[in-house]
Amino acid sequence: MSIELSQATKIYGQLTAVDAVDLDVQDGEVLCLLGPSGCGKTTTLRMIAGLESSDGGDIHIAGRRVNDLSVRERNIAMSFQFYALYPSLTVAQNLAFPLHAEKLSSNEKRQKVEETSRVLQLDGILNRLPGQLAEGEKQRVAVGRSIIRDPTCFLFDEPLSRLDVQLREEMRGEIKEVLQGLSRPTVIVTHDQLEALTMADRIAVMRDGRIEQVDSPHAVFAQPANLFVAGFIGTPQMNLIPASLVERAAGNIGVFSIGADQQLRLPLTDATDAIDTGSTLTLGIRPRNITLVNESAPDALGMTIDLIEPMGAETLAHLRDGEQELRVVTDWRQAINEGDRVHVQFNRGSVHVFNAKEQRVTTL
Amino acid sequence: MAKQREIGKAGWGRTAFAGAVGFIYFLPVLWIILTAFKTRTDALEIPPKLFFTPTLENFRSVFFRASITSDSSQATNFLLYFFNSIFIAGTAVLLALIIGTLAAYAFSRHPLRGNDTYLFIILTTRMMPPIVVIIPIFLMFRLTGLAGSYWGIILLYTAFNIPFSVWLVKSFFDELNPEIEDAARMDGASDWRVFFGTCLPQIYAGLAATFVFGMILTWNEFLFALLLTGVETRTVPVAMARTLGGEVGVDYGLLAAIVTLFLIPIFFVTFLLQNQLLRGVTFGTVKK
Repeated sequence: MSIELSQATKIYGQLTAVDAVDLDVQDGEVLCLLGPSGCGKTTTLRMIAGLESSDGGDIHIAGRRVNDLSVRERNIAMSFQFYALYPSLTVAQNLAFPLHAEKLSSNEKRQKVEETSRVLQLDGILNRLPGQLAEGEKQRVAVGRSIIRDPTCFLFDEPLSRLDVQLREEMRGEIKEVLQGLSRPTVIVTHDQLEALTMADRIAVMRDGRIEQVDSPHAVFAQPANLFVAGFIGTPQMNLIPASLVERAAGNIGVFSIGADQQLRLPLTDATDAIDTGSTLTLGIRPRNITLVNESAPDALGMTIDLIEPMGAETLAHLRDGEQELRVVTDWRQAINEGDRVHVQFNRGSVHVFNAKEQRVTTL
Repeated sequence: MAKQREIGKAGWGRTAFAGAVGFIYFLPVLWIILTAFKTRTDALEIPPKLFFTPTLENFRSVFFRASITSDSSQATNFLLYFFNSIFIAGTAVLLALIIGTLAAYAFSRHPLRGNDTYLFIILTTRMMPPIVVIIPIFLMFRLTGLAGSYWGIILLYTAFNIPFSVWLVKSFFDELNPEIEDAARMDGASDWRVFFGTCLPQIYAGLAATFVFGMILTWNEFLFALLLTGVETRTVPVAMARTLGGEVGVDYGLLAAIVTLFLIPIFFVTFLLQNQLLRGVTFGTVKK
């Protein structure tokens, strides 16, 4: 079984909420739709579910076109952001609710409820009403209700957004474990990149109804397709530095000009042949891929430390040189002081070069 | 526990003040109830007597009329009138609640083009004073033979209550979290099951509140009842008015006894549904 979206589109009046989205999710695969709020990720999920109609394109589930099928006929399990537990039913009745449509005997139902409650440790609270549950328990009941039957696929809308930080970390592990046991395509919507990076097999980054990049968590992080993905994924945010290629020096070394008067020399790759000298570029470098050095060097920039934020094991330093700002994460033991003049070196293989169209050309 | 703490917080001064205001509001009711237990001479005493020898004579004469010519007494029709009041108001309000709830759900979940216009039109029927429409309605009832029948007055009261039911119940449906219905649909529930299994149980309190409000309105209705009920279907307010025109002046004790009895059912309903009522009227004011 699989989920396939081709050119899926949803239009609300003037707004194209989902703009010709192509996606496919394979059996047993977990795909995260990740993006800022209002990017169309929840609408996409609801279109798969059948809760929103499509204004264009096709949706196939398990090889069958489902555009014209009702929610019931699609046979999908979905867990909602606000849990959507039935307030007048007990936990056990909530869990059994989806089984009603499956025409099971009451014995089989009870057995399934028992199994599911064992997996999610709900045994002690089966007779409680949702109003009497803690947030984490509500979340587990919501997950339980979606995994109790055997649907064509699983959808999760912001599964962890309502939990506090500590509980979120705990539940993330639990949900990941549950997801690994499912042999169906699963789509998770989240705005939290950490959630996406930890739980997904693949991540689809969305913006303004379009998919910017679909890739493995590692690839989305290490080879962002464009400026948006580069800036969106990773904390602290990637440094994006306006630059231009001044000349190609001997030994295939590129000379980039940065800011008013600084130059940076970096070895080029074949892909950089496409870049015209003098064209506007953006260099992207993650704060953890920058090294502070004492000596000036041709491949180093001189900057002043503006502000220091200790973050425990690491220290986040805000550097500045004229208009140009730079965030650098260093080991907490590195002795730095606000106002110090330092030199920064970009680690090899971690400088992303984006062209004027905001697409990544290469990584140096 | 929490309730006690809150009373403590308000302080005795404020509690006493609120109690005094409440007492002033309750005073007319108290006065009527006291009068019901007074003899005719006590009832007309000025200033009103607070201490008197109570009598049940008034309550007796609600149901039995003493005969002038013999020692035996004759039963009045008040037992029937009380039954009529309860039966007519109860049936009409329940019908209006059922129809109103279905309509409210449709208005809330499947809005039509121009939904608000329809809702407004429904409400306009309640904007006219009843006196304006009473004559055409009376003529129509005469023509169709509905005048004087149970179904006639029940039909009218149902229609009378529907706008109010639709609006109130719709507001309860609007407050519900739509995700829960989506979830029920995802879980394979049919439209009927979504409605009865997930929506309706969430607004029981609101339905109870709507029922009580409708009951209070209908229970006291006089004008339509006066013109559209017959001897067999007369309700208490109408019958009460008819006792006023006695040849020996107004029997205040008797009237007070009728009113006291008349209060009992509505007190009872309100008391039973009190908790639901509080939750119903404060629906949506507390963040879930």
